Formats: sequence, structure tokens, C-alpha cells
Amino acid sequence: MRPLDTAYMWDLVPIILGYVPLTLGMALVAMAAALVLAAVLAIVRVLRVPVADSLVAVFISFFRGTPLLVQLFLFYYGLPQLLPALTSIDGITAAVIGLTLHFSAYMAESIRGAILGVDRSQWEAAQSIGMTQGQLLRRIVLPQASRVAAPTLMNYFIDLIKSTSLAFTLGVTEMMGAAQKEAAGSFLYLEAFLVVAVIYWIMVEVLSVGQRWMEGHLGKAVAR
Amino acid sequence: MKCEIDIAGLTKRFGTNTVLDGIDLCLKPGERVAIIGPSGTGKSTLLRCLNWLDAPDAGRITLGDLSVDAAHATRAQILALRRRTGFVFQNYALFANKTARQNITEGLTTVRGWSQAKAAARADEILAQIGLADRGDSYPSAMSGGQQQRVGIGRAMALDADLLLFDEPTSALDPEWVGEVLDLIRSIADGRQTMLIVTHEMQFAREIADRIVFMDGGRIVEQGPPAQIFGDPQDDRTRAFLRRVG
Repeated sequence: MRPLDTAYMWDLVPIILGYVPLTLGMALVAMAAALVLAAVLAIVRVLRVPVADSLVAVFISFFRGTPLLVQLFLFYYGLPQLLPALTSIDGITAAVIGLTLHFSAYMAESIRGAILGVDRSQWEAAQSIGMTQGQLLRRIVLPQASRVAAPTLMNYFIDLIKSTSLAFTLGVTEMMGAAQKEAAGSFLYLEAFLVVAVIYWIMVEVLSVGQRWMEGHLGKAVAR
Repeated sequence: MKCEIDIAGLTKRFGTNTVLDGIDLCLKPGERVAIIGPSGTGKSTLLRCLNWLDAPDAGRITLGDLSVDAAHATRAQILALRRRTGFVFQNYALFANKTARQNITEGLTTVRGWSQAKAAARADEILAQIGLADRGDSYPSAMSGGQQQRVGIGRAMALDADLLLFDEPTSALDPEWVGEVLDLIRSIADGRQTMLIVTHEMQFAREIADRIVFMDGGRIVEQGPPAQIFGDPQDDRTRAFLRRVG
């Protein structure tokens, strides 16, 4: 057994930290896009929009039923063979799109549950005063559903941040990719991957604190 | 006198079960009609159809210049009908994410396009009228059942509807809150607001209504002034029902 090369680890920290903005950037963009997509998917399902409902059900089933890594490979390495236009997509974009689709499927299900959790009589009350479907969703149902769904969605965001490490398999040099490159040069795999693990861990812990604060805050606003 | 609200041949089925079987009813301007009858005879469904919360299968609803035929009702007609009929729910159904004041202004700003300021001013008038002038900023979860139902009534009043529909407005209330809600409905009735009330409070119906409608099996069995229905009912079913509840 050899001792950990802590000096090397300290040298690595700023290098890996340099990739935090890319990791967070990919996660934030994918999260924002996934939220919008998930809300649309959830609404299609809740309103049982003909045809679209079935398509969305298949979409959700596929993206929840297959591994994220397989989806990313299918999209980045597989699909361009069918659609040559996709060849020009870079790894970062492909990863963000893949993460978006994957997480939107999960998030759609929790948003759907939260929407269905809003008392049916409030839908009727909104209809009774003449609101359109869009108005009642925007003004009454979604604000309440998002409060209910927020903690779960936050968990998905944390999961999403960690999942950006898979972008490394599409040739993207993000935190994980950078660690891999450094380790390949120094052969100090343990040190490199420990550093990257700890940085992920700290990022997630910081977010968890924010999450707990947010839950306490939202819980207070409308206790029922 | 001409009908303000004219309901003709209104029919509603749930599967093979005919819940409303050709209801004809004419309400004169300012008339207060109470619907009584056994549970499950379509009283609430009738109210819900008038607000299109349940879509009737056949029949016609006419409110002034708006005439909606169940067979080919358009979206615009349905929205217009809803704006002109205020609905008070048994379980209040307040918007949980809105304060009492916002529950009242919501229809004015979102549906009728009023400015926030104008709607808030109107809401303050209504809050005073429902006796909750000091609770405008409270959320429903912080209010008693009686207060919530008064906000529910205020929300319906805010629409300035041609017709107010009350669907068993006191049935979900603890006994201690029934009085204040009935008092409020009484004060609205005094303002000659046309209203249709489904209620199990016979004493209240007798005192507030110009006309009592007795329903059974999805049909109107008998109707007339309270003194006649309660004092001298003609149909056996009415008599049997009044014996049971009286």
C-alpha cells in the first residue's frame, strides 16, 4: 500500500474546480429545459389530450425504462447514422439534450402526481367563474402543484448534476473528463477520482442545505 | 312576467342512469327558488348543469340573450354561461393558494379583465358585505368553515351573475357556523338577487324562497309557494319526503 499523494490532490483541486461552471451550466440548462418539457408532458397526461397522451406515455416509459447511458449513446453515436444532420452536434449539446429528455420523463410523472393532488373542487371552482383551461392551470393548479413537486424536483436536479458526469463518455471534458485526463497522465487514479468525488459531494451538500431551507419556506406559505 | 332564466328539457345521464329527466324551470328576475328532495335525485346535478360543471346531454338553458343548446354548445357559450352563473360549493372549494381577497378578485381580473386596483376595491366592498373586512389577507387554511363559505359566496357574488347557484351551502359546515352562512344568504336574497338553492335546511327554504321545487327521480314532482308545498303538498312523494325530514 502506498500513501495518498495529498500534495497532488491539492494541485488537482483548482483544475477540477475550473470545470464546475461547465458541469453546473449543463445541469442548469438541462434542468430548465426539462422542467418546461415535463410540465407540458404532465399537462398532456392530466388533460388526457387525445393521441398526444398515448405518445407521451410511450415517451415517458422509454426514458424511464432504459439507462441514461444507453440513451446518450443512442442519441450521440446511433442516431446520426440515421439522420446525418445530427453528426454536427457536439458532445455538450448532445449530453444536455439527452439529460433533458431523460429527466423530463421522471419529472413529468412527479408533476403529474402533484397536479392530481390539487383538490378537484378547485378545478371546478375555477371553471365555475369562467376561467379557461389555460387560466386555471396557470393561476390555480400549477402554483399549488409546483409547491408539492418542488422537493422531488430538487432531488432530480441533484441527480441531474451527478449525471452530467456521463457527458464524459461523449467526449466532453467536464469535471469527470478532466479528472480522467489528469489521472491518465499521472497514473494517480485514486487521488484524481477522490478529488472529483469530494467536489461533487460538496456541491450536492450545498444544494441539499438550500433544498431544506426552501422546503421549510414553502411549507409555511400555504399550510393545509 | 318573462323568464330571466329559462331551462327547457334539461337531461343528464351518467352511463345508463338518467339523473335529470327533462327538467323545465323558469326563474323570474329576482326570484328565489329552493330545490328540495331526497338525496340522489339530481338536485345538485341540475345546479352543476346550469354552470356546465356537468355537461347536460340534452335541453336548453336561456339567460337573457344567451341561449345554450346542450346538443351543440360552443366553448364560448359555455364560458359565457359560467360567467353569468355564480356557483357556491358545498365544500367551499376556495383557491388554497390565494387569500380571501384574491379568491374574490380572481374572476374579476383573470376572467373579466379588470385592473388589480378596481378589482381590489370591489373585493373590499364584498369583504365588508360578507363580514370579513378584516380577513382579506387570510389564506383559506387559516379560516373557519363558516368564514371560508362566506368567501366562497363572495367569490360567486363578485361575478355580478344573473343567477347565483347554491349547492347545499351549509351541509359541510359544523353546526356552529351554519347560522352565519344562512344569514349572509338571507341578506343577499333581500337584494333581489335571482338564486337557486339546493338545501336540506327546510326551515331556511321556507323562509327565504319565493318558490319551492320538489324533485324526485330526476324530475320536478311539484312546485309552488312555500306555504303550499309545506302546508298542503299535493303529491304523495312530497308528503312522504316532508314527513321524513320534518
